[in-house]
Amino acid sequence: MAEPILSVRGLETFFRPDEGIVRAVDGASFDLHPGQTLGIVGESGCGKSVTARSILRIVDRPGRVESGEILLRRADGQVVDIAKLDAKSALLRDIRGGEVGYVFQEPMSSLSAYHTIGNQLMEAIRLHRDVSKADARARAIELLRMVGIPRPEQRVDSYSFELSGGLRQRVMIALALAAEPRVLIADEPTTALDVTTQAQILDLIRRIQRERNLAVILITHDMGVIAEMADTVAVMYLGKVVETGPVDTIFHAPRHPYTQALLRSIPSVLATPLSRLATIAGSIPHPYARPPGCPFHPRCESFIAGTCDAGAPPVTGLAADHEVRCFLYDDAGTRRA
Amino acid sequence: MSAPTVEAAVPLVTAAEEKVAAATQLQLTWWRFRKHKLALASGVVIILFYLGALLADFLAVTNPHTTEAARSYIPPQAIHWFDEDGSFKPHVYALKGRRDMRTFKLVYAPDPADKRYLTLFAEGYSYTLLGVFETNRHLLGLDRDKPEDALFLLGTDQLGRDLWSRLMLATRTSLTIGLIGVTLSLFLGVLLGGLSGLYGGVVDTVIQRVIEILRSIPTIPLWMGLAAALPNTWSVTEVYIAITVIISLIGWTELARVVRGRFLALREEDFVTAAELAGASRLRIIFRHMVPSFLSHIIAAISLALPAMIISETTLSFLGLGLRPPAISWGVLLQDAQNIQALGIAPWLLIVAVPVIIVILAFNFLGDGLRDAADPYG
Amino acid sequence: MSAQPPVLAVENLKKHFPIRRGVLRRIVGHVKAVDDVSFAIARGETLSLVGESGCGKTTTSRCILRAVTPTSGAIRFRSGEGRDVDVAALPRSELRPVRRQMQMIFQDPYSSLNPRMTIADIIGEPLLVNGIGNLAERRQRVAELLDVVQLPRAYLNRFPHAFSGGQRQRIGIARALALNPQLIVADEPVSALDVSVQAQIINLLLELQERLGLSYLFVAHDLSVVKHVSHRVAVMYVGRIVEVAPTATFFRNPRHPYTEALLSAVPVPDPRRRAQRIVLEGEVADPSNPPPGCAFHPRCRYADERCERVTPTLQPAAGGSLVACHRAAELNLVGVAAA
Repeated sequence: MAEPILSVRGLETFFRPDEGIVRAVDGASFDLHPGQTLGIVGESGCGKSVTARSILRIVDRPGRVESGEILLRRADGQVVDIAKLDAKSALLRDIRGGEVGYVFQEPMSSLSAYHTIGNQLMEAIRLHRDVSKADARARAIELLRMVGIPRPEQRVDSYSFELSGGLRQRVMIALALAAEPRVLIADEPTTALDVTTQAQILDLIRRIQRERNLAVILITHDMGVIAEMADTVAVMYLGKVVETGPVDTIFHAPRHPYTQALLRSIPSVLATPLSRLATIAGSIPHPYARPPGCPFHPRCESFIAGTCDAGAPPVTGLAADHEVRCFLYDDAGTRRA
Repeated sequence: MSAPTVEAAVPLVTAAEEKVAAATQLQLTWWRFRKHKLALASGVVIILFYLGALLADFLAVTNPHTTEAARSYIPPQAIHWFDEDGSFKPHVYALKGRRDMRTFKLVYAPDPADKRYLTLFAEGYSYTLLGVFETNRHLLGLDRDKPEDALFLLGTDQLGRDLWSRLMLATRTSLTIGLIGVTLSLFLGVLLGGLSGLYGGVVDTVIQRVIEILRSIPTIPLWMGLAAALPNTWSVTEVYIAITVIISLIGWTELARVVRGRFLALREEDFVTAAELAGASRLRIIFRHMVPSFLSHIIAAISLALPAMIISETTLSFLGLGLRPPAISWGVLLQDAQNIQALGIAPWLLIVAVPVIIVILAFNFLGDGLRDAADPYG
Repeated sequence: MSAQPPVLAVENLKKHFPIRRGVLRRIVGHVKAVDDVSFAIARGETLSLVGESGCGKTTTSRCILRAVTPTSGAIRFRSGEGRDVDVAALPRSELRPVRRQMQMIFQDPYSSLNPRMTIADIIGEPLLVNGIGNLAERRQRVAELLDVVQLPRAYLNRFPHAFSGGQRQRIGIARALALNPQLIVADEPVSALDVSVQAQIINLLLELQERLGLSYLFVAHDLSVVKHVSHRVAVMYVGRIVEVAPTATFFRNPRHPYTEALLSAVPVPDPRRRAQRIVLEGEVADPSNPPPGCAFHPRCRYADERCERVTPTLQPAAGGSLVACHRAAELNLVGVAAA
């Protein structure tokens, strides 16, 4: 496979509020290739959103990228480590929007209510491209048409509150693509939407990806969305990436006990009516009270006393593109008895 | 059940976690309030001020109503802590009268040769402590007190009255007027705001319009009108009560809005709906579910309304519309500092502004701290 | 359905909210949130009410509990003693005995528990306000209810802030069960929970139904959850029910084009089944100004000229379905089925 466009190695992002330390992202590594979709999936508190925000260095205080590399291969082939850039540098600002676009979960709070969507789009365009106002406006209308907004010539002058949730999310996507980035990060882009609108938005992301050979990072808690969209998947639990692999492997041959249990426990439209679901015991611990060792061990069915609660499990490669972070597998990738 | 208790799989919590788990609303609020050091300190300051107000006569040195034209505008006397031999013996220099030969006015100047020692629990004018005990003991006084000697810690005013003693009594008046005023506004505010939020419809519309009208009237002309309507023949106490009522007639509107807003918000809360579906009576829903949820907001609103009341009284009295001499309040004392000429001769008259500023600031810090701590679930 | 009379029969339920404008608050129109809805729930049965936001499913459920007073229609509830009452017509003062038998489970496990009350007080409140038992008996009943929802009794004196979302939802369920209700209205009871916790609550609801013979009205938007919990499914679109069917039939052989589109839009957690989805064009119609005829016709790929004029009514179709579509008989729609 070609060189990855984005390569994250050993990313650690911690929050240090007064109460202690929260290891929101505790050693995340993954690669992203052009034209591919990486799905990051996990439940609340797993650190998937913080991972995405770390890539653009937009983590809210008191959070900070503590260590690791975020290597971005720019259009000219040059590689920059975003983790090392100065927070106020021009290069970082150029990368945000210019090279990496970001779609937020809640479009209402991410769009300004005081400017027309056209003005917001034009601002984003002119921030990265030296074009005239008239050209920017024409390009804004073009973008709105591309994301499937009906009558873009009129809608360009409307405000975000005049649009429905689905249309707003389309505008968010247009905004993220305004400066033609080569990477798109979509953070729970459809969670606030109804199922038929979700289908429209997922379709749109897929179409744009095909047209522009975009690399997409899709963040979601919904295994169904992952199965529909992703090429490779990273499963996170309490700040750790517990398993990464091709989507088919993750769904049909998962190796980490958490991935296995999660897939068994999700309700499916394919299930027999009134059938019981397999459950994962207990609930997700509070981030302040993260269990020692493997964070999943108190809920794990394959828990090995004295091992899983003692130290953090290493990353084991099972195949070229399939890695798991679990004591059950030895260095050769075979399951222990 | 088919499955064992799932939650039992979670390791048992520590004693500290159990403490938090079973902590009441009050405890959680206190734990959060404790973190606001400024608010905590402000709370202490306010408690001290109210203690002072309670013991005003005890803290006063000389009778604040006794006038002596000859002693007008005596500057504050400095306290000397140590005697010449170095022993700790706080004293002031006696004031020696001398005739100014150009103006023929009697001028007082401290005489370093003549020391007057301070004592604790000295005898002075008679008063009733806490409204119960008849006594003539005061916290501070002069040893071997001669009638013409006096202790003027903050100097005297034009009529030769001791400013320190007057300030003590003024603090009592001004702080209690705030308290009584807030109690009255609270009653009106909670009643009318509660009705407004609870019943909605016509009741709500009428009450809201009344509030809007009251708030649209410029306050000072309204006060002037109302104060002018007070008969001259009324006693000090009657005026005092009338002024509190006037101030709270305006002050309740803000509290009513807070209460109404909380009622409207809480009516939509799922736990209120749940109580309704369980068959709880209206009274129970209000007093068991809604009121405890906004009690903390009310307390915070009060701590912000109190300084407003105090300022109102001070403003009114300063303008000569509120309390009138012989009543003593912060506003009445500051009225003496209106005259630029008087200030030129006796700048210490402005000292009265210091406790006003301290109390108002302390109330605001306390209110902010309470508001932040009030909603541990927010 | 079975010969036994249903626990709940909703007939021609309507709820229209007035739209007021101007200083005089004049009524300038109505939002027809619920427009002529009828359905029944048998004892021990779960009926799921599904649809997208604004379709009227939540308003319907609130009308049944009389948290909202319906504009017209009947809500016939058959109490445990076999007495029939019309909840829609009862004066407020007579609601209490009926409400004892209909309880609700809320969507948000955070706002549905009073943060200032202990778990014992929250679960015991329905008992207390209905004057059931003395203090000791109530404590005993609350402890039993904790057993039923699988929470340790040691948690009795804790406050809600000590619990996770899943645990709070168990507490809410225990409160709903306190008065031994016949019917439970569950308004999106798992949609605010994490995936790994959802399964626990779904299983608990299924178990409770088996043990206690409860009837559920399950309001949800997630069709995957609906498939696990329901005996029958009703789909609402702009205030009306467009299809009611037994669960298996509903998913395998949808009869209404809207149902087909909904099913097609659900992401399936299997990457080998990436099917071509039916993507609906446009937006859900405005319930204050619905299109004439069938409200779905502007988005329907099968619509013809009749659909623009005549509003279809629910008619029986094969497989025990009821469907409101003029072309139901001639269409062959695609559902979802296991591979």
